[in-house]
Amino acid sequence: MSAVLRRTPALPGPLEWARVNLFSSVPNALLTLLSLYLLWKYVPPFVSWALLDAVWQAPSSKACREAAGAGACWAFIGEKHRFILFGTYPFEEHWRPGVSILLFLALYAVSAMRRFWTPWLVLAWLAGLTLIGMLMWGGVFGLRYVENERWGGLVLTLLLATFGIAFAFPLSIVLALGRRSEMPVVRAVCVIYIELIRGVPLISMLFMASVMMPLFLPSGVTVDKLLRAQTALILFAAAYLAEVVRGGLQAIPRGQYEAAEALGLSFAKRTALVILPQALKISIPPLVNTFIGLFKDTSLVVIIGLFDLLLALKTALNEPAWSGIGVEAYLFASLVYFVFCYAMSQYSQRLERDLARGPTARALKDT
Amino acid sequence: MFVGWYFVSNTLRNLDERKIATGFAFLTREAGFEIGETSALAYSAADTYLRALGIGIANTFRIAVIGVVLATLLGTLLGLARLSHNWLVARLAALYVEVIRNVPLLVQLFFWYTIISENLPGPRDALSPLPGVFLSNRGIKFPLPQDHPVHLWMVAALLAGAVLAWLLARWAARRQAATGQQFPSFWAGLGVVLGLPLLVFLGAGAPHELEQPVLSGFNFTGGATLTPEFAALLFGLVIYTAAFIAEIVRAGVLAVDRGQSEAAHALGLPRRRAMRLVILPQALRVIVPPMTSQYLNITKNSSLAVAIGYPDLVSIANTTLNQTGQAIEGILIIMLVYLTLSLSISAFMNWYNRRVALTGARA
Repeated sequence: MSAVLRRTPALPGPLEWARVNLFSSVPNALLTLLSLYLLWKYVPPFVSWALLDAVWQAPSSKACREAAGAGACWAFIGEKHRFILFGTYPFEEHWRPGVSILLFLALYAVSAMRRFWTPWLVLAWLAGLTLIGMLMWGGVFGLRYVENERWGGLVLTLLLATFGIAFAFPLSIVLALGRRSEMPVVRAVCVIYIELIRGVPLISMLFMASVMMPLFLPSGVTVDKLLRAQTALILFAAAYLAEVVRGGLQAIPRGQYEAAEALGLSFAKRTALVILPQALKISIPPLVNTFIGLFKDTSLVVIIGLFDLLLALKTALNEPAWSGIGVEAYLFASLVYFVFCYAMSQYSQRLERDLARGPTARALKDT
Repeated sequence: MFVGWYFVSNTLRNLDERKIATGFAFLTREAGFEIGETSALAYSAADTYLRALGIGIANTFRIAVIGVVLATLLGTLLGLARLSHNWLVARLAALYVEVIRNVPLLVQLFFWYTIISENLPGPRDALSPLPGVFLSNRGIKFPLPQDHPVHLWMVAALLAGAVLAWLLARWAARRQAATGQQFPSFWAGLGVVLGLPLLVFLGAGAPHELEQPVLSGFNFTGGATLTPEFAALLFGLVIYTAAFIAEIVRAGVLAVDRGQSEAAHALGLPRRRAMRLVILPQALRVIVPPMTSQYLNITKNSSLAVAIGYPDLVSIANTTLNQTGQAIEGILIIMLVYLTLSLSISAFMNWYNRRVALTGARA
């Protein structure tokens, strides 16, 4: 029996594969030939520009051009890597943002593993973020104090994104629950908040943070720019996350609510122990997609002049020694963002497949 | 309530201390700054702030409308390409979507703007991919039909054709319901819509003079121009949003059960009619809601124009609030305009969605 089952048809040869997948009809064949022509025309020149003829070490863009006129000037990245990673942070203290970046990466990695999805993870995040705050600011344990106007580069991008998610997420849960509340005032406030924020561009929120928020505070009290931009990002992301969480809440069958109520659990216990764990679990893939959006959106702080990865690159480009290599600089920025976002999106897709097989999904399908 | 009162009282005291005026009286004052492109509306530095902001809104509109049309076309093409049976085409479309989706729009805008304004040659050695079209660091130049009174009549003929086609479709539907006889109302309608303007054009002796861009001195004169800022913003928005639209279209087509196309085939419907009558209406039901949010995204993302210097609403309002110091009013205007735009687009799309949704079915 098993011998019969194992006898699968022989794999098609490459020619047969090409006939089926590339040349199945005349229009298909033409399409294939057109694609091949375009690839042949553009890929080899790009490869030789980006890799073969590229200059990897040179003191300035002029030296790059003299060394090889036709290639990319990656020497810029090598010469400026400290600036791109850490901005204007004091040079001799660079190990501190360096360690912070590693801590961020460790937190991401740990949170990605489902083995660690326990209440301890929240504690790990609190500890990690506190440690990063202490490292960056200093002023304790003999570390020199560094005011946050000097923070910058990749570490600032990660800070904005991570703290943004860490604070927006709890806020979004409150908003989502509020939107489904039976109290009309609470519901109205939440609906208006969510719809208002989702109706305006992020840039208007950032402008509000940079020019309007100082007017709201009593005179004498000043909140620095970084904190104001971070607040705007949090308020913005919370509205979008709230809609995702609400989607999760709606997908929980009524029976779950009723059963929790029948057990005599209070609202807080019902929500925290029965509803939220299930709702959050099924909304993880869209949540990760919103996180990706927030990560990309942090680049907008450039417009109000915060020194993130992108502004560090732009500033370095303004030096006369490195003029005229914007294309290389922005390709590099794209690559950095791509690595983070692609990793997140692949992770979310894998998780979606895993969860589709998991017990929660099965229970939902049965009801 | 208390928090709100606290913020308001703080704000009023701050405004008073810094001697910042309040209210919208500044709108009628002279703006005093020039605007690079004005969407064919008259404007000079002597005009009011109100007019300047109006130009900004028109520019936002222009980029949003053109962006939505082009992104829908490119996105649909890419989405279908990703579903293609051709392995190479499907892989290339997938590569495009994965790369573009995962890079922030702002980085892409800077990239395109750098390419156009720094890496393209000057007007003297402009690239000319098609005769009459010139790419240079001053933007993209292309020929334009010369102004002629017949153009107005052609627009009138187009409108008349549209009305006629609509009447025709109604008549055909009613006749089919009554007698079962079919009428190729789509092709007839298309013929009327395109044919009437063409007749007018030919009747006027087909005036097809083109106004060519000509190099004179350091720049081109004549023809139409896409400025580097507009072109970079348009490329960036269209290329970025098309990746998201492609995924929506793909999901929509995949969401239609295989059995539907098999059943249509079994009923003897030809492929094309099965697509139009069976597959497409069902796919649209899945596609329309997420498509709405993409259209809203294009509109909202066009505000990134401020980063590369295209004079949209946000960048003009920003100049205004820097000059007058009236930050609250400036930001209020930006938010109100975008809210109105967002709410109207979603109202329209909701109306459309109700039309394509299942009648009588629960959401």
